[in-house]
Formats: sequence, C-alpha cells, structure tokens
Amino acid sequence: MLVTTKRYADVLVVAAAGRIDYQNADEFKAALMPHLENCGAGRDQVVLDLSQLDYISSAGLRVLMIAAKEVRARQGKLLAVTLQPVVREIFEISRFTLVFDIFDSVQEALAKISPLALAAYESKSP
Amino acid sequence: MRIRFWGTRGSLPVSITAGGIKRKIVEALLAAAGRNLRTGSEIEAFVERELPFAVSHTYGGNSSCVQIDIGAEDYFLCDLGTGARLFGHHVMAQKGPAAPGTFHVFMSHTHWDHIMGFPFFAPAYIAGNRIVIHGCHADLEQVFRRQHAAPCFPVEFDRLPAKIEFVRLEAGKRHRIAGLEVTPKLQLHSGDSYGYRFEHGGKVVVYSTDSEHKPDDARLTQGFVDFFRDADLVIFDAMYSLADAVSVREDWGHSSNIVGVELCQLARVKHLCMFHHEPVNDDAKIASVLQETVRLEEITRGDHTVRISSAYDGMEIVV
Ligand SMILES: [Zn+2]
Ligand SMILES: [Zn+2]
Repeated sequence: MLVTTKRYADVLVVAAAGRIDYQNADEFKAALMPHLENCGAGRDQVVLDLSQLDYISSAGLRVLMIAAKEVRARQGKLLAVTLQPVVREIFEISRFTLVFDIFDSVQEALAKISPLALAAYESKSP
Repeated sequence: MRIRFWGTRGSLPVSITAGGIKRKIVEALLAAAGRNLRTGSEIEAFVERELPFAVSHTYGGNSSCVQIDIGAEDYFLCDLGTGARLFGHHVMAQKGPAAPGTFHVFMSHTHWDHIMGFPFFAPAYIAGNRIVIHGCHADLEQVFRRQHAAPCFPVEFDRLPAKIEFVRLEAGKRHRIAGLEVTPKLQLHSGDSYGYRFEHGGKVVVYSTDSEHKPDDARLTQGFVDFFRDADLVIFDAMYSLADAVSVREDWGHSSNIVGVELCQLARVKHLCMFHHEPVNDDAKIASVLQETVRLEEITRGDHTVRISSAYDGMEIVV
C-alpha cells in the first residue's frame, strides 16, 4: 500500500496504490488523513486517484468513510477517480458509490470542480 | 448437523403484503406465458426450476430462531424470536403433546426480536417438558419473566406448566451440553450479544447474529477470524450495506455482507449464510443482495472458496 500526492492549483490528487485490508488500514489512514487538513470551502479540494489500487477491504472503506465525513464537515469535496473493475464492483456492492462522486479520469474530475486545476493538469501532462 | 431456519428476519417480524403477492403472481404468469404447462407436476417443476426464488418463494418474516439438529433426542435452538412458534407447533405435531422433551436454547441476547416467540412457544405450555435457556447475560431469567408479566401478557411465567431452567454460560469457554460442544463469544451490540460456535461429529456451525464489526480494528477482526476458523457454516448478521454500517447506522449493532465475506475468507469458512434480514427489504431486494454477495466472493477469492447463501424461513442446511 502506497499513498502519493500531486497538486494541481487548488486540487490535491491523492493516489492510493496496492492492496488495503484490515492489516494495513491504520497505515492507510495515517497516510491519507494529513492530506485532508487543508481542504474545505474556498480552499483545497481532494481527488482520490484509485487507478493503482488493486483491492480494498471493508477496513479500507471505513477509512474512506471517515475521510469523506471529515471533508464534508469542512464543506470540502472528495472525489474518487479511475477505479479498477474489481474496486469499482466493491464500491457498488458496499454502496460506497452513494458516498463518493466517482469519475472515470482525473481530468474529468478536475473539469467538474476546478478549471484552474484542469488547466494546470493539462499543462503538466501533455 | 442439520440446521433449520425457523425465523430469519432482523429486528421485527414482517409479512409479505397483498401487493407483494400480486406482483409475484403477475411475474410468474408472465414467465409462464406461451409455455405449455398442463399438469400439476409440470407446473410444480416450472415453479421450482425456472422461476427465481424471490418470485416463487419468500424469505419469510419471522424473527430469529434457528434449530441445530444433531440427531439426538434433545432439541437445540438459537434464540426465541417468532420463528420459535412454528418450531413449537412442528414438534408438537411430530411427537404429539403427550411425549415430554428437553429443549436447549442458546440466547444471543435478550432484545425483543429474539425473545418474543417464547410466550407462543407451545412446549412451554405442556407439563413434563423441560426447557433449558442458556446464555451469558446475568439478567436472562428476569427478562423472560418480565415479558410474561401483566399488563403485557395474560399468562404469568410461574403458571407455565413446563419446567424452565436458566443456565449461565461463560464466554470464551467451551461447554458440553447434552452431547453438543458450545463456545460462546462476546460480540459488539447494545447491551452485549454472544455468538455461539457449535461442534459435533467433526463439524462446526457458528451462529453469530446481532454483531457489529469494526473492520479497521485488527484485534477485534482477528478474534472473529479465530472464532469462525474452518467452520462448515457461519450464520452471519448481514443486515446492512457496508456504507450504512460504517456511517448512518454506525453503532446500531449490526454488520454487512461485505464484512461477512471477508471474515469467512480469512477464517476459511466453507459456507456463509446471511441472516437477520433488514425488515425494509422485500424478497427481490434480499435476492439481489445475495447475487451481489456471490459476485463479491468471486472477485475477491484467493485460494479458498466460500459458498454464499441467504437464510429464509424454512431453509435447511446439512453440514
Ligand atoms: Zn435482532
Ligand atoms: Zn439486538
């Protein structure tokens, strides 16, 4: 399990990779939560890039729920993008599709929430 | 061991509505349109083999009561929800009211949906029967007495003709009761609940209802993996979706299909049977959750396969 970040203007893209289960959910939580501290209305927005996430168990999903609540409490936005097919199905079966706005690409998510971030993204990745 | 489900609904007994029956008949007749079904047996075969379970049957609406049949003379039950009424009638019809019997009951906890069948449990009204109610709660007897007290019920507990005993079990300890090995385990639920691991003839059945799991708590999770370890069957509280269980219904004391599959995979359980169905869910909804859960097991399977089913009133599983 690996968490990395990239910034595009006012949007922080947090990428989680590998497998998240009950044994490393705490680690995932510790890696993810600090990135949410700056989010909120008029401040950062956060996009979760799950394109490299192979598997997530209920333990990891619970961390995502805590993250979503945290962001919502700050009037921020937390979006999920590029779910692999298995993760997508896990989201559907667990009803986490009702918790997160899910987009097919980082670009699509940025287009939805921040033209500035989209411009920054497109200039960085030709 | 033969497991019979007499009541499988969570929280409150429910019944299918007039509209629900009509929808099933319309769907069944639509499916039969153009088919040349003439005899009773042709129709029976069509209903049994070709209609989806949620159309041809119902999951039922009685609250928790599960029978563990080990082929012994004594009877074993988990919980006394409204399903216990049907069980009682069944036993009376089978052996006749004159033949006395011993009934061992294992109580997960004393929430109303798990005790409300007892005032209508026919064996309690027949002298010569012995009913032994086992549980880990200190106030077990008091709760049963209170349920029979005026003004809520007309027959006082002390007037029940059967001999009724209460036996306190210690959680985490293996007990041998009338030839059945039983190990209770403390579970997370308002007022505490207990799961039971039953062992007999080399087979293991776990009854674990009204139990909330904290998926990201590795220590608690490991405790349940050990409790479920290598079981032939786990009867599991899968009342909510995971998203509900960890958000709006957090600390409501129930679990989800997702956590059930994960625990059974980790514990290498052979068969997961989802139980304590949400009263709001109709047959079609329970069937679709089952289908999704079967799919979840497939896409997350390692080197061990877990069979998935959803309990219905009248279901039997032999392990
Ligand atoms: Zn219950
Ligand atoms: Zn309960």
